[in-house]
Amino acid sequence: MATKKIYLYPLWLRIWHHVNALLMIILIATGISMQYSNPSYPLIRFDIAVSLHNIAGIMLTLSYFYFFLGVLFTSIGRHYVMKQGFFKAFFQQAKYYMFGIFKGDPHPFPVNETRKFNPIQQITYNVIMHAITPFTFITGWALLYPETIILNVFGYSGIMLTSLFHVAAGFLISIFLVIHLYFITVGHSLTANMKSMITGYHEVEEENEINSTEETKKVTESSNNS
Amino acid sequence: MRDWFRNRRGGRLIFIVGFIPLLFTIFLSTASEQEVAIADEETRHCLSCHGSYKYQLTDTVTGDVATLKMHSDLYIDPLAYSNATHGTFKCTDCHSADYTIHPHPINTKFELQYACMDCHGGDEMYAIEEEYLKSIHATELGEEFTCWSCHNPHTYKLSDKQPGQLVNRVAMNNAACLNCHGNIDNYAVLIEKELPDLIKSHEWLPNQSLHFRKVRCIDCHAANNDSILVAHFVLPADQSVRNCVECHSTNSILMASLYKHQAVEKRNSLGFYNGVIMNEAYVIGANRNYYLNIASIVIFIMVLIGIAIHATLRYIHRHKRHGN
Repeated sequence: MATKKIYLYPLWLRIWHHVNALLMIILIATGISMQYSNPSYPLIRFDIAVSLHNIAGIMLTLSYFYFFLGVLFTSIGRHYVMKQGFFKAFFQQAKYYMFGIFKGDPHPFPVNETRKFNPIQQITYNVIMHAITPFTFITGWALLYPETIILNVFGYSGIMLTSLFHVAAGFLISIFLVIHLYFITVGHSLTANMKSMITGYHEVEEENEINSTEETKKVTESSNNS
Repeated sequence: MRDWFRNRRGGRLIFIVGFIPLLFTIFLSTASEQEVAIADEETRHCLSCHGSYKYQLTDTVTGDVATLKMHSDLYIDPLAYSNATHGTFKCTDCHSADYTIHPHPINTKFELQYACMDCHGGDEMYAIEEEYLKSIHATELGEEFTCWSCHNPHTYKLSDKQPGQLVNRVAMNNAACLNCHGNIDNYAVLIEKELPDLIKSHEWLPNQSLHFRKVRCIDCHAANNDSILVAHFVLPADQSVRNCVECHSTNSILMASLYKHQAVEKRNSLGFYNGVIMNEAYVIGANRNYYLNIASIVIFIMVLIGIAIHATLRYIHRHKRHGN
């Protein structure tokens, strides 16, 4: 099948993505090391972990705003807008990941110039990038300046609650990271998605590109019924 | 204005309602003034001079009365004394009975009086003397340093078992250290050395001010011993705790020091390790939740299993398709 390359990931976005990935990995590793600190099995020495976590957290906040300005003022922002009929599309995509993908069914929402994310990617990236990540760095900054935290919330230490929320949010990000890494392999070849994030070009099958969503849906449904 | 209040019902109401908080203010202000409650007649008699900045001396021959200034070293704050751990003692419990004679006879100056260790020595649960003799205070300063250097027996109050917020107890305890380590006048009396800048020497400590407010100096600077109730073995700076995980782990040494009197259990009913610390502070690594730990591991493993199944099914189907 003929393929063509479309330029989906501009350089600034790729640089942000890889810096963000590196910072996230540092934050998760140092975070786990502090949360489960044990004198007998130190993963990373506690004071080093604290300093690294703080520095990476500050850099992540800066990198987040760099990304967020990109979402607001460049064309990539449109990929995050969830359109009407989203939930139907979401279940269609979920069905594909659970069944269609094994049978080699065509992708219900193939990538093209105007659609970078399928509905599941769209909601996941929205939640991770516009809710959980900001929540994590806001609680992180609060823990960096604990005097800003309300001391007592209904009898519980404010710092403890902030810390619990911070750790829980960090945990969700680490779960996202694992799944995100697995999804590298879900492209049309095992390494295609990774190559795209390095070169910026996404390889699409020309036939898929012509297909409208409606047509794709029919194909998916008929293949599921067969 | 007066007519406005008199003529309007609303005006009177405002007046009455406004009066109630005023009454409260008066009651509260009287309640906050602490009474000096010293029951013992003899102590009250001593404090009639030693509890005041001035005292009167009567010439027994001429009957002349002289008003003199009480030397600051001989002045005892009656309120601080009555609230102190030794506040229920009579003065003559430690001082010679001859001090009851006024003016004090000269022999009182030469009589032996009880020292701290006469009561506090020999108790294995405290081991004050044994521990103190090993401390940097004893080895470096020798005779210059006494119990009084940290604990004024007339005003000293045990901070560990005081009710109220931990931060206040920590501040009270640290005040004893800062009396010399934060005050060059008192430090210079004991040792000819430059007073180290505590902020600078603790610069390595993340969240320094939080540590200073939430833990006592002795939690890191004294050897902690589970079988001893108080810490007097003050360590040299280079032997003090500098390894973060000694506190920041489930086996936190804080449970054997700062939280010794509250600490009974390792995990409380909600599954938090060192839960007692969480009433006062949150210590990363020391405060974890058993159930959340288990839940997070289970979720993580389930995600990995899910991915493994998905990947395997993809592999099998792809293999089949290619086979076909």
